[in-house]
Amino acid sequence: MSKDFRRTIGVLRASAIALALVASACEQKPDVGAMQRHFTEHPAPPPDVTSVPSDDRIMAVLTSPPNVPPPTNRTKPARVVVKLTVKEVVMPMADGVQYSYWTFGGTVPGSFIRVRQGDVVEFHLQNDATSTMPHNIDLHAVTGPGGGAASSFTAPGHASQFTFRALNPGLFVYHCATAPVPMHVANGMYGLILVEPPGGLPPVDREYYVMEGDFYTKGKYHAKGLQAFDMDKGIEERPTYVVFNGAEGSLLGDKSLKAYVGDSVRIFFGVGGPNLTSSFHVIGEVFDRVYMEGGTHYQENVQTTMVPAGGSAILDFRVQVPGAYALVDHSLFRAFNQGAVGTLKVSGPEDKLLYSGKQEDSLAEKEQAPQAPVLVDSAPPSTLTRDERIAAGKTLFASTCSACHQATGSGLPGSIPPLAGSDFLVKNDKERVIGVVLNGLSGPVKVNGTSFNSVMPTWNHLTNDELANVLTYVLNSWGNPGGEVAPAEIAKVRGSGAI
Amino acid sequence: MFSRCLAHVLACVTVLTGAAHAAPRPLKAPAGMVMVGPGVYRPLYPASPAERLVSVRRFYLDARPVTNGEFLTFVRAQPEWRRDRAPRLLADDGYLTHWAAADALGRDVRSASPVTNVSWFAAKAYCAARSARLPSEREWELAALASENARDASSDPAFVARILDFYSRPALAASLRDVGSGKPNLYGVYDLHGLVWEWIYDFSASLVAVDSREKGEADRNRFCGATGASAQTPSDYAAFMRVAFRSSLEAAYTTSRLGFRCAADLEETP
Repeated sequence: MSKDFRRTIGVLRASAIALALVASACEQKPDVGAMQRHFTEHPAPPPDVTSVPSDDRIMAVLTSPPNVPPPTNRTKPARVVVKLTVKEVVMPMADGVQYSYWTFGGTVPGSFIRVRQGDVVEFHLQNDATSTMPHNIDLHAVTGPGGGAASSFTAPGHASQFTFRALNPGLFVYHCATAPVPMHVANGMYGLILVEPPGGLPPVDREYYVMEGDFYTKGKYHAKGLQAFDMDKGIEERPTYVVFNGAEGSLLGDKSLKAYVGDSVRIFFGVGGPNLTSSFHVIGEVFDRVYMEGGTHYQENVQTTMVPAGGSAILDFRVQVPGAYALVDHSLFRAFNQGAVGTLKVSGPEDKLLYSGKQEDSLAEKEQAPQAPVLVDSAPPSTLTRDERIAAGKTLFASTCSACHQATGSGLPGSIPPLAGSDFLVKNDKERVIGVVLNGLSGPVKVNGTSFNSVMPTWNHLTNDELANVLTYVLNSWGNPGGEVAPAEIAKVRGSGAI
Repeated sequence: MFSRCLAHVLACVTVLTGAAHAAPRPLKAPAGMVMVGPGVYRPLYPASPAERLVSVRRFYLDARPVTNGEFLTFVRAQPEWRRDRAPRLLADDGYLTHWAAADALGRDVRSASPVTNVSWFAAKAYCAARSARLPSEREWELAALASENARDASSDPAFVARILDFYSRPALAASLRDVGSGKPNLYGVYDLHGLVWEWIYDFSASLVAVDSREKGEADRNRFCGATGASAQTPSDYAAFMRVAFRSSLEAAYTTSRLGFRCAADLEETP
C-alpha cells in the first residue's frame, strides 16, 4: 500500500512537472511590445481600448441563427462573460436526411456573440458530458496565439475559461480548432462574433445571422437516413451539401427571413467552410453597403459579394418592393443542386413605379406558336377552359411533379403514392386534396390499399392558377374521376386571396 | 556462406529458447488476455526522426475492455476506489456517476458493458490489482492496427472508413452495448474500435499542441506536437482524433465514453 502510495505521489509529481513543461512550452506571454506597436502602426486607436473596464460583469446575450443579439448600446468597454456549450447533436440536414452535427450551442452556425471594441471578454467553453470528442474555440476576433484555441481545449464533460480583449472591431468567424480541424468545421463547428466599433453600427430595422457551409456525406444529395461524414469527399472538396445555416431549407417557408416594405435590413453573413468560398447574392436586391470581409470600410451598390472561408461580410440594404427574395450562393449549382438557397419575404404595399410586375405577355416576334398554351400568372382564371387548364397542368406536372409521382402518375413503389387511378382522389373531397398540395403531407397514408410513409413538400409557392391547372390535369388523367379545380378554390383553402 | 546462415539460425533459436527458459512462467496468457505483437507501429507524431517506425515487443492485452461488473468487483474489494471515497485529486466529479450507487450498478447499467467515467488513476489501480498495467500507446496502437484478417490494416480503406464512421457517429444512448459482441481482430482482441475510447498508460506523452494547427519548433514537438503537416499520415483522421482526445485529458478526468483495458508483459520483468 505504502509503495503504491509512493508511486502515486511520484506519478502526480511527474504529471505536475509534465503539465508545467507543457504550459511553459505552449502558452506564450502577452507581448506588450507587439501591442504597443499595433497601436503606433494604427494611427487612430480608439482611446478606450487602453482603459480598463470596471469589475462589473455583464452576461453576453447569445442568440441562435438567424437571430442577432441587440446592439450593446454601451459608451464604454465592459467585462463581458460569454458562456458557450459545445454539443454533438443529430439534426436534419434536409428532408429525411439526418446528420450528427458538432455545434457551439446546439445550432449551426453556433450562437451569435456581440461585444464592443475594448471589451474584456471572459470566455467559458463547456464541452457537454455527452460529447464524444474534445473541442476548443478559435475566435478570429482574438488577438493572441491560436485565437484562444490553446486555452480552451476541453475534454468531454469539462470546461475551460480564458479572457481576451476585443482589440479590433469587425465581424469575425469563430470555429473549433481541434484535430482533425477540417472535420470539426465540416461538422458545423463555426459561428460569428461581432465586435462593435465605438458608437456601434448604424441602426437598422432588422438584423439577421446567416452562414454558409459545405457538408460531406457518405450518401448522395438527398440520400435518406443518418448520413456519416465522408472524409474523401472533404479532401477532394466535393461537397454533398452547400447550405445556409446548417441545413437545406433552414431559411425557407415558415423559416424565411422577414421584412416589411421600407425596412432597412442587415445580414451578418459568414462562411464557415471548411472548403468553399461564397459568391453571396440576394436575387432582386442590390446591397446598399457591404462591409467587405467584415471590416471597417464599406463598398456601395454591390450585386454579389465574395466571402472567403473563415471570413464574413456585413450587408446593408433597404427593401422597397414586396415579394420573395432568394438568398443564393451565385455559384449556382450549389443553389440548385446542393441546397444553398434561402428566402427573404418582404410584405407590404406595392409601388408600381418601383416595380410593375409583368405588364405584357405576348409571343416573341419571330417564334413559332408554342405547342401548349402558355399560362401566365396575370391571366384571369376565367379565360382558361377546362381543356386549356389540363394542357397547362400537364406541362407543369411534367416539370414539377413527375420527378416523384412519375410521368405516368404511377408513383414509386414503397415511397411515392400513385396518382393514377388513385382512390385517395375519390375518397377525399377537393379541399383535402388542395390542402395536401398546398401544405405538403408527411406521415402514413394509404393509397389503393398500400401504405406509404414519406414526405411530400409544400407547394404553396405555386400560384393559385398553377395549382388549379395541375390538379385539374391530375383529376382528368390516368383513369381518375375528372372534374375541374378553380383558382378560387385554391385561394379559399390557402386562406386568403393572395397570389 | 551456408555455415554463416546456419549460424544465424542457430543463434536465433538459442536466443528464443533461452528466453523461454529464462522466463519463470510458461507462455500462457493471463486470464482474459491474448498475445499481441511483435510488430511495428508508425506513430502519428514521431517523437524524433529516428522514431518514425517503432518496434513493439510481444505483450498480453485484455481481449475485451473492462466491464462495469468487473470494475464493481474491484471497487468492492478496494473500497477506497468507491466514488464517494476516491479523492477528487485522483478521480474527478464524474467518476462512476453513471452507477446507481457507490457500490451498485443499478438497473440502467449493464454489467457486461464497458466501464466508463473512470480516471487514469482508477484504471491504473484496477490493473495493478490484477498484477497487470495499462497498455502503452504503442502497444494499444499496434493492437488497433489489426483487422479481422490482417495485422496492419491501416492501408485497407474499408477498415479505415469503418473506424472513422464510429468516430463520426453521435454518442446516442446512455447505455453502451456489451463488450465482445463484435468480431475479434487477428490477435483475438475485441472492441478496440467502435465502442469506447480507452486510457493508455502514457496518454500525456502523446500530447499534441492543444491548438492542433500549431507549427511547433522542433524542441517543442515533444510537448506541443505539430500540425497535420508534420504528421506522418495526415489523412488518418481516426488517429488524429485519438491523439486529440488523449491530449485533452488529465489523469483525474473521467468522461462518459472513456474506458480502459489492461495489459501485461510477456516475460517476467526483473
